[in-house]
Amino acid sequence: MSQRHDLRRFPGFLQLTLLCLLLLYAPLMVVMVYSFNDNTSITIWGGFSLRWYEDVFFGVEAPKFKQAALNSLSIATMAATCATIIAISSAVAMMRARQLRGRTASFALINLPLMVPEIVTAVASLIFFSAIGFTTGYATILVAHIVFCIPFAYLPIAARMQSIEDTYEQAAMDLYATPAQAFRLVLLPLMMPGVFSGFLLAFIISLDDFLITNFVKGAGIETLPTAIFGSVKTGIKPNIMAISTLLLLVSVGFVTLSYLASRMGQNKEQKT
Amino acid sequence: MAGGIASASESAGIYKGRAGLLILPSWLIIGFFLLLPVCMMLIYSFLTKEFRGGVIWEFSLAAYDQFFFNRGLFGDEPPQIEWTYINIFWRSLWQAGLATIFCLVIGFPTAWFIATRVPRHRTIWLLLITIPYWVNLLIRTVSMKFLIRDTGPLNEFLIWLGAIGEPLHLINTNIAVQLGLFYSYLPFMVLPIYASAERYNFSLSEAAADLYAGRWTILRVVILPAVKPGIIAGSILVFVPSLGAFLAPDLLGGAKTFMIGSLIEEQFKGNAGNWPFGAATSMILLSIVMTVLIFYARSQTRREAR
Repeated sequence: MSQRHDLRRFPGFLQLTLLCLLLLYAPLMVVMVYSFNDNTSITIWGGFSLRWYEDVFFGVEAPKFKQAALNSLSIATMAATCATIIAISSAVAMMRARQLRGRTASFALINLPLMVPEIVTAVASLIFFSAIGFTTGYATILVAHIVFCIPFAYLPIAARMQSIEDTYEQAAMDLYATPAQAFRLVLLPLMMPGVFSGFLLAFIISLDDFLITNFVKGAGIETLPTAIFGSVKTGIKPNIMAISTLLLLVSVGFVTLSYLASRMGQNKEQKT
Repeated sequence: MAGGIASASESAGIYKGRAGLLILPSWLIIGFFLLLPVCMMLIYSFLTKEFRGGVIWEFSLAAYDQFFFNRGLFGDEPPQIEWTYINIFWRSLWQAGLATIFCLVIGFPTAWFIATRVPRHRTIWLLLITIPYWVNLLIRTVSMKFLIRDTGPLNEFLIWLGAIGEPLHLINTNIAVQLGLFYSYLPFMVLPIYASAERYNFSLSEAAADLYAGRWTILRVVILPAVKPGIIAGSILVFVPSLGAFLAPDLLGGAKTFMIGSLIEEQFKGNAGNWPFGAATSMILLSIVMTVLIFYARSQTRREAR
């Protein structure tokens, strides 16, 4: 009998899991530690210091990185907002309307940005913008980001909607709510946890993108990843490690936020 | 899934006649800014190159010809197979394949281990796996580069351990690129396998044990086939982005480790660019990826039909 309980376990799997985590975290940890290194050489440990963080905010390159960070944040905010709104509208159509023609085609289309390799999207966007005579710059980055953010916003929203029965909306309609009211006052609040994690996902994905941005950005405008890439090309400097650590903390913060939001959504459901 | 469809049929009245309008924004944005551009790229791959980037609107097969054939310096010799680009594709294919295998070897045990924890602990393990994925890919690749440099912490640590006498030269080798790819996409392998493993019915294992199957026989004969959908999904999620990866080969590799992503990028940067050739190479990459995905979709529908 005791052997039956062991059927789930395989010797060595725990060790491999720990190895997996070690592999995932070691490079990040090393960079985090070395970002506090008080030495101009990145190789030799010279004691703890915050000088590279000071350099990030007040150093020679500070204005460049500040502008890049502002661009990244404003593009991510706008792209994630637009993508979330489009995703909500698509999710309602896909999950609620039986008579929707071409559902399979629509599903494939929404997921197309996930299927086309990033480098191909980048090339196609560059060719397209140049063919129709769009000047590459802030606007082209924003449009490209909205496109690839849509599936990331859509997936959590659609997953959330799948668990919401439409009886609530039916009830609202029985009480003479207009479809718009039924959506705004009943369905939207119910799908809010999905909307929230969809938005966060899209936001992080936009913040993360290097390749497509690099193709459609044109000269004279940088986002944080393209600025970091340009800087890293000539060698890894300590201030890059400080920036990396800060960005890393932002990402971790967002994931935790998204995790907590989804847990709160679940708790609420269990209580009702 | 069934519940979703059932409720959709009941609610036909609420959004009657509005569904098309609701789905329209997705079609407009993705259709206009992705589908149309890909078609445009197909057209560009058949145009003549302009020397400072861009194209001349004249039909030409030169881009595909350049990819597959070598006609000598002046283009007047009898065509021979051009191996340069085929080799780059071949290297990308095996690098991506190898990354998939390594991710599977580490990812499967991890996913299985997490799926067999008590539910309360699973979320925490999963969160630990997903956090690195949400960290900027560029930063992760740079971190890897920092770690494995000739004078980096990994070499220092190994020398301190006494495992090696002098530093390993990893940067600019295929091994470094492989490490980068593996590291970039490892979480993609764990999550789908976990999703399959979580639904695994343990009475199957018990039945097999009753029939005197050993632990590893159960793993091979019962568990692996049961979580196969997760393994296939994970493999695609690792293989496809690895194939067109740019950051890992570019930052960790060198001229001898060139992959498709860098080859394409090179055609659109600076004055050496050749837009039709870049477009043609992108089309070839896209066809490979779409073939993989179509085979996957077909195997999925066959599975559902059964």
